[in-house]
Amino acid sequence: MKNNEEKRISFSGYLKGAIFNNKVIILFTVLCIACIMASNTSLNYIASEVFSRFGRNACLVLALIIPCLAGLGMNFGIVVGAIAAQIAIFFVVHWGFTGIGGFLLCTLMSTPMAIFFGWLLGILFNKTKGSEMITGLVLGFFADGLYRLFTLYIIGGLIPYDDPNLLDRGFGLRNAFDLSDSIKYALDDISFVTVFRLLMVFIIVIQLINIAIGSKKAMAVDKKESMLKLVSAAAGLVISFILMAVPGVSGMIGGTRLILSDTLRVAMIVYLLSLVIRKFLLHRDITKDRLIKGAVLTVIVLVLSYIPFIRDILRSVSISACTYGVICLFCFFNNWILDTKLGQDMRTVGQNRIVAGSAGINVDKIRIIATCISTVLAAWGQLIYLQNLGTFNTVQQQSNVGLYAVAALLVGGASVQKANNRQAIIGVVLFHTLFVVAPLAATQIIGDSAISEYIRMFICYGVIAVSLAMHAWKKKDKKVVKKIVGDDENKDVIKTLA
Amino acid sequence: MSSEYVVKMENISKEFSGNRVLKDVSLCVRPGEIHALMGENGAGKSTLMNILFGMPAIWNTGGYEGTIEIDGEPVKIDSPQKAMECGIGMVHQEFMLIPGFTATENIKLGREVTTPTVASAILGKPLEVLDRKTMARDARRAMDTIGLGIDENTMVGGLPVGYMQFIEIAREIDKTGMKLLIFDEPTAVLTESEAERLLRTMKVISEKGIAIIFITHRIDEVIEVSNSVTILRDGTFIDRLETKDTTASKIAEMMIGRKVEKLVDNADGERDLNKDDIILKLRDYHVDMPGETVRGLDLDVIRGEILGIGGLAGQGKIGIPNGIQGLYETSGSIEFDGQKVDPGKLGDALSRHMVFVSEDRKGVGLLLEESIEHNIIFTATQVENKFMKKFGVFTQYDAAAARKHAEDMIKELDIRCVGPEQLVGSLSGGNQQKVCLARALTLEPKLLVVSEPTRGIDIGAKKLVLELLVKLNREKGLTIIVVSSELNELRSLSDRIAIVADGKISAILRPEDSDADFGLAMSGVKVGGADDGEA
Repeated sequence: MKNNEEKRISFSGYLKGAIFNNKVIILFTVLCIACIMASNTSLNYIASEVFSRFGRNACLVLALIIPCLAGLGMNFGIVVGAIAAQIAIFFVVHWGFTGIGGFLLCTLMSTPMAIFFGWLLGILFNKTKGSEMITGLVLGFFADGLYRLFTLYIIGGLIPYDDPNLLDRGFGLRNAFDLSDSIKYALDDISFVTVFRLLMVFIIVIQLINIAIGSKKAMAVDKKESMLKLVSAAAGLVISFILMAVPGVSGMIGGTRLILSDTLRVAMIVYLLSLVIRKFLLHRDITKDRLIKGAVLTVIVLVLSYIPFIRDILRSVSISACTYGVICLFCFFNNWILDTKLGQDMRTVGQNRIVAGSAGINVDKIRIIATCISTVLAAWGQLIYLQNLGTFNTVQQQSNVGLYAVAALLVGGASVQKANNRQAIIGVVLFHTLFVVAPLAATQIIGDSAISEYIRMFICYGVIAVSLAMHAWKKKDKKVVKKIVGDDENKDVIKTLA
Repeated sequence: MSSEYVVKMENISKEFSGNRVLKDVSLCVRPGEIHALMGENGAGKSTLMNILFGMPAIWNTGGYEGTIEIDGEPVKIDSPQKAMECGIGMVHQEFMLIPGFTATENIKLGREVTTPTVASAILGKPLEVLDRKTMARDARRAMDTIGLGIDENTMVGGLPVGYMQFIEIAREIDKTGMKLLIFDEPTAVLTESEAERLLRTMKVISEKGIAIIFITHRIDEVIEVSNSVTILRDGTFIDRLETKDTTASKIAEMMIGRKVEKLVDNADGERDLNKDDIILKLRDYHVDMPGETVRGLDLDVIRGEILGIGGLAGQGKIGIPNGIQGLYETSGSIEFDGQKVDPGKLGDALSRHMVFVSEDRKGVGLLLEESIEHNIIFTATQVENKFMKKFGVFTQYDAAAARKHAEDMIKELDIRCVGPEQLVGSLSGGNQQKVCLARALTLEPKLLVVSEPTRGIDIGAKKLVLELLVKLNREKGLTIIVVSSELNELRSLSDRIAIVADGKISAILRPEDSDADFGLAMSGVKVGGADDGEA
């Protein structure tokens, strides 16, 4: 009914809107650049530092997205997920499991614990509707207390845990927990080619089941599409074996770490190809705009990656193939779950509980499920974090998990009501850049390195306060704008109706 | 059809904690007809519909008496889900829509079409992926049925209210086996052209064999579209008519039809008020109060009169005093005693001795956990520094003066209490209202604006409060504006009554004017005003 001309706004208006909508990101980008300039440190160092921190922290931040969309706000309660992960580690290390096997066992052990904790948290959230954030924050402190009791007394005190290397004075764990002989780099040390093969096998299995279910239940599973995916995955698998036989290439993809510049280029090309394939071969609903945007973005990234200055930085940074693969998996999972009936129910509950209830959705149950998912993802995220770190502070490693994750997500432009993967990723990059460079900049300016830790805490709390305030500003402004627009629209409608 | 009526409700009665709101009401609707359900606020229309729709509010308060038959079969509707199974749909007054969702998602809310996946095969139905194509197709079909041309992928949030209403209707139509649709005051929030379109759509729907129950205040709409009418008044059934056999004024009379008890013995007959001595002048006055929007109204208040402001809920009468007091955003001009008032400045009206007694007695009007004394004086101390002693730069509360004033007020207004220290929360509604008035009087008002003075007060106390207002007017010469939804109350004490409809004054009437005039004015039909001072 409404034609495009009415909708199209002037370019300056569009630009204004874009700046206003992204003002949180813009502010922190400016801040980051200013700090980088003031810190007087080489970009190579900052880039490699940020990318390794990104690999460590991204999953924890991604764990916040689902509860946010389900209307629970920023889930400070992911601390309990981190606790589940750490408890699992204590036992797995004690039992002597190492490497990827030990890591998987940690995952397996922490999951039921995280589900249980998440369930309790969800029940609490349901009793305190409307103040979930403060509840989560305080519950985090409370859980922290219980956890300390567990590590300082119960373990070895009540639970038999005979390990002189790990125990202090017969009961209670040592202050620093060393993972270097057990699961340190368990995930990081998986080579790219293994990850790739695992992915291909995963796709093949899924598609096989799809085809099997499809024929059994007579459902509308697109067989042709499944077959296509099956064949391409199998082809990918074969190619990976062939490439490994080629001497030059095997070194590149067989290693555990990938050079960022190459990875980025390949990733952009794969992204563009996937868009094209989905549009023209699978006839998916992809708009021309998106296709053009994707192509432009690819070209820009490719061109930038060949500029010597940037190329040097990108070359100096290497990323862990498997950890980044897991981050992609988390993103994919978030998107996938939101596309299911469950995800739709979560979004409905997040937008309006009353409407959701009247549409027959069990609001309380959905909220508990969302909390559980978040807690489990947080537990896994904490495992990834710790295996990369290699050693951690037994009693208080988990304390700031929620705070840092929330701060990162908010910096990415997410609000308490709305968040997505993109915001999480941008947020982690910006927040950790600031985290790396701000203390350096402060040291440069003030000339005293002792304040760096103080600066970090200051950044973290400051970031949360500033971005929340900026969102409040955004909201208030929107209301006024909407009122004016609303009146205009009404007039249009009256015209079209007449 | 096995029965003449698709829905037949007989002898329905309902009590809310001892308060009988419905008495032996019957409602019959034939298949495919548009049936209007009419009555004033509080006549029991919404309660009747909530019973038919099985709302939890009914069942949590002890259920109802009487029988409901759908297609001739007796049924017990104890939840909205059950009502939906019986083929009853409801288009709510407040939209049950999610602004952040597209039209499609809203139409298919809770009834999404899904396709199974590997995960759902293992973990159950909630993990089935949405089939957005089929959902969009269904939504498109429902929207086409009612002639809604917008893209099914539009976000609902930015749409005008009229469109939202249509999306709600599309959602009901998309459900299978729909027999009866309830529209709860659908045109109340719509512009005129939108309302017209809605009425046309209703006709289209009814032609498909779906019966419609149409709740409204607007008599002209009823005459235009409905086949038959049921009229309720004070929870009792008045009549069921075929629309073609009746007229607008007849319906209006049936809706109001009550004897008015005059509180004021108009011994002085036509009181001698100088019509040119205007104390308050409103011009092109707008108030942005949610649910009670005032849309450009002109009003003059004559010094020394009691002006009643009446009208149905949601039409804007409550917005008028709240706007003057600066509690909501306003535009237009307010002139008090020849001087401009700035409602954007909170307290400006108060400092000019224009005092407002809020309709929200417990929320805005009183500090329930404080004493009577404190309640009476706190506005005066705030606005005028009354009851304060000065010691250089410090001020100190003057307890003795405050106590004396409170005791005087208690005596003067006859507030029944233990003493000035009694907490206001423990007083009865009538006495609380008197405390509100006492506080207003402490400010020595030139104009007293009282909003819903008798809301939530029992009948005996109602009379006392109204008599007090008349006494203040006659003895102190105080100009009073009374805003009330109870028309009879206004007619019992006012000199003039302004009826507000659609955020504007639809008529200014005299208390003696006929029921039909009041009825028509309230439903927004312009009638010739009795007052020559008003256009």
